[in-house]
Amino acid sequence: MTTADYERAPHVGPGTPSHAEKLERIWETAPGFYGWLATVDHKKIGIRYIVTAFAFLVAGGIEALVFRVQLAWSEMHLLTPEQYDQMFTMHGMTMIFLYAGPILSGFSNYLWPLLLGARDMALPRLNAVSYWIYLFAGIFLYASFAIGFGPNVGWFNYVPLAARAYNNGPNIDMYGLGMILLGISTTVGSINFIVTFLRLRCPGMSINRVPILIWGTLTASAANIFAIPAVSLAFLLLWMDRNVGTHFFDVGAGGSALLWQHLFWMFGHPWVYAIVLPAMGMVSDGLPVFCRRPLVGYTAVALATIATMVLGFGVWVHHMFATGLPGVSLGFFSAASIIIAVPSAVGVFAWLATIWTGRPVFTTPFLFFASFIVLFTIGGVSGFMTGSVPVDWQLTDTYFVVAHLHYVLIGINVFPVVGAIYFWFPKFTGRMMDERLGRWNFWTMFIGFNLGFFPMHISGLLGMPRRVYTYGEGMGWDWLNLVTTLGSFLFAAGVLLFFWNAIRSLKHGVTAGDNPWDAPTLEWATTSPPPPYNFAVIPKVATRHPLWEDRLDSGQGAEQSRIHAGMALAHGREALGTTPVDAMPNVILKMPGDTLVPMYLALSMTVIAVGLALVNWWVVVVGGACTTASILAWLWPQARLGETAEPARETADD
Amino acid sequence: MTEETTTALPVGAMDTRASGWWAMIFTVFTEAALFAYLLFSYYYLAAQPHLPGSFPEGGPPSLTLALPNTIILILSSVAVAWAQLGIERGSRGRLVLGLGIGALLGLIFLVVQGFEWADKPFPLSSTPYSSLYFVVTGFHMAHVVVGVLMLLALTWWSALGYFNSRRFAPIHIGALYWHFVDVVWLLVFFTFYLTPHLGLSS
Repeated sequence: MTTADYERAPHVGPGTPSHAEKLERIWETAPGFYGWLATVDHKKIGIRYIVTAFAFLVAGGIEALVFRVQLAWSEMHLLTPEQYDQMFTMHGMTMIFLYAGPILSGFSNYLWPLLLGARDMALPRLNAVSYWIYLFAGIFLYASFAIGFGPNVGWFNYVPLAARAYNNGPNIDMYGLGMILLGISTTVGSINFIVTFLRLRCPGMSINRVPILIWGTLTASAANIFAIPAVSLAFLLLWMDRNVGTHFFDVGAGGSALLWQHLFWMFGHPWVYAIVLPAMGMVSDGLPVFCRRPLVGYTAVALATIATMVLGFGVWVHHMFATGLPGVSLGFFSAASIIIAVPSAVGVFAWLATIWTGRPVFTTPFLFFASFIVLFTIGGVSGFMTGSVPVDWQLTDTYFVVAHLHYVLIGINVFPVVGAIYFWFPKFTGRMMDERLGRWNFWTMFIGFNLGFFPMHISGLLGMPRRVYTYGEGMGWDWLNLVTTLGSFLFAAGVLLFFWNAIRSLKHGVTAGDNPWDAPTLEWATTSPPPPYNFAVIPKVATRHPLWEDRLDSGQGAEQSRIHAGMALAHGREALGTTPVDAMPNVILKMPGDTLVPMYLALSMTVIAVGLALVNWWVVVVGGACTTASILAWLWPQARLGETAEPARETADD
Repeated sequence: MTEETTTALPVGAMDTRASGWWAMIFTVFTEAALFAYLLFSYYYLAAQPHLPGSFPEGGPPSLTLALPNTIILILSSVAVAWAQLGIERGSRGRLVLGLGIGALLGLIFLVVQGFEWADKPFPLSSTPYSSLYFVVTGFHMAHVVVGVLMLLALTWWSALGYFNSRRFAPIHIGALYWHFVDVVWLLVFFTFYLTPHLGLSS
């Protein structure tokens, strides 16, 4: 073996049509059902994530509408207390775990390689396995609900109510095992984002040139790998308390109920930031396009993103202010919670300054992105209020908290997500969404949302506790609840208009072209929709806004980005690996193609979860054996991927 | 299209320039977090009030088996490191031998742990301490099982001649995991076997 066997100087040149044709053959997913199951294309996986997450949004939304009918007036009995408990728990679990996180994974999966000038994610098979586990975990969690045994003690599942003594059915076990599965999906997805960030940025894209969405998802991913083990462990310990007789949370036997709350919220609070920071990133990248200028304060916003997350690990006890912890602890966590307002405000002022100093174009995505700033500020102020211990003691477990968390999660997740669909829909599909319908869509959602959720602040201040299945008629909460219910249905109608617009535009939308919004970042340099290989040649960027250089940096002899000529890399599926900070070329990566192994692996792991739910060790052993076999098949070193001593047999050059 | 060429770049998983190497680093981070939460649970429950002599149940645990077993696990890391340096210098024999010894020592560790478990006078369901003891050491043993399987696969692939002095990324990736499993045992060992002797008990 000589060194030359393992090295090559990549050809550099323009992307010719014959070169593009060759790449198309190399990178396209196999046709038919096989290709559907075996694809590792980040764009297909991203779209699947988005579609699946929206399906769960609809399910969680219907659950909410059902119990909003129940709460519309006092003494209503549409649902029994047990049905109500399952309904609100499923609603919370669905929205937080099956919609809000995965929808952002979907956007990031689709957009990351395009934003970074790469041909795929760093670990395409891991990407596929992450989706399949998410899907199976979602089905697993809904299976228990479908047979009448959904989780029924709220999404944060406090013991002792979740312990065997008070909850004897399979409800909690199914919830816990489903969550562990989902945790694995999120963890491997997060690792993939981090490695992609470190390895696959195109040459020239030093870390001060990546779009803010990248910072958002990267920060969330880094948080996930440290936070998710806490909740997965908590659920596993609870499963053991319930099924094999351990005593972690069993106060009577010397365990601690508060241990559950600590483990849950050590995860839970960072997770809240994980499901909003990437959405804020999408706004930071999308909003400036409609203000016709770059984002004000790029560096400050990127640093604020990271600061929010770091502080976010030190605030979990603010969910536990009412549990009787010592005053010193309350003081510390209260201060940390309130300080988070500072990095949050950095973002708000940056967005406002971008609008103020720009020339806003009032399109539908702009309306969604700009309204997000308003809703985030309202949700932020109510969060700031409950961060103060005495105020929290007054308001905890009331509808005020429900109002706060919905302003935060719908305001910072749903509004940016819908805006982002309007913004990137042309890239995903090649067609524009309807602008007139878009305005109707926006105003219905915006008015419906505020009508539905603002009155909850007041019902909370009047003392209405959350999670009650009904309330007495003399409490004075009837009219507020009626308005809330009407608002929630109006909001749902707005969401329906959105889906209608998207489905209609798939067929009838105006053809978009490569860059319909005249936006500055790399994803708009490819065709709409992009080819399977994303970029015919590896781009080289010189600034944060490669497509706006002619108007922003011209005339000073500034270095220009080069998009249509670069490394060809067409000896099979290849991507360019670069160095972590400066993005200098470092290695030619051999990328895997279609494979069924990720799906087998996800199925095998689901079998383990089913076995544990049935407490049937034979099923667990079969699932474990299949899991081991799938991993072995996956990791078996292949010459084609440049993993063994035998040099990869390379196809002739173009 | 050969207008210009650039300097030569390595192709494929050269040295540790493999995406899997980076993925393993972050896998280790998330696994380390898992053990941190496990040990947090130990200390959190240790700080709760207990009946005298119930935390640790039966008094501070004996080091008779645990201390030699800890040394066995450290030696297995040394063997694996010796194999890693071997393949970097192109010695396939040293690679196979070192990995094989590492896997064998890992298996011995598991067997001794089995005796240690059988030796305990209390069952899993006795107290919070017994739950913690079996669950945390059980978590670690599960990691050792995965690590041994990994080492056995790597030994087999090495014997098949898959690796040489430039292509050895899978070796270093697997070894990184194994070293982690060994280091994290030191924390588990310190927590369960040493802190009670240092006065953390009731």
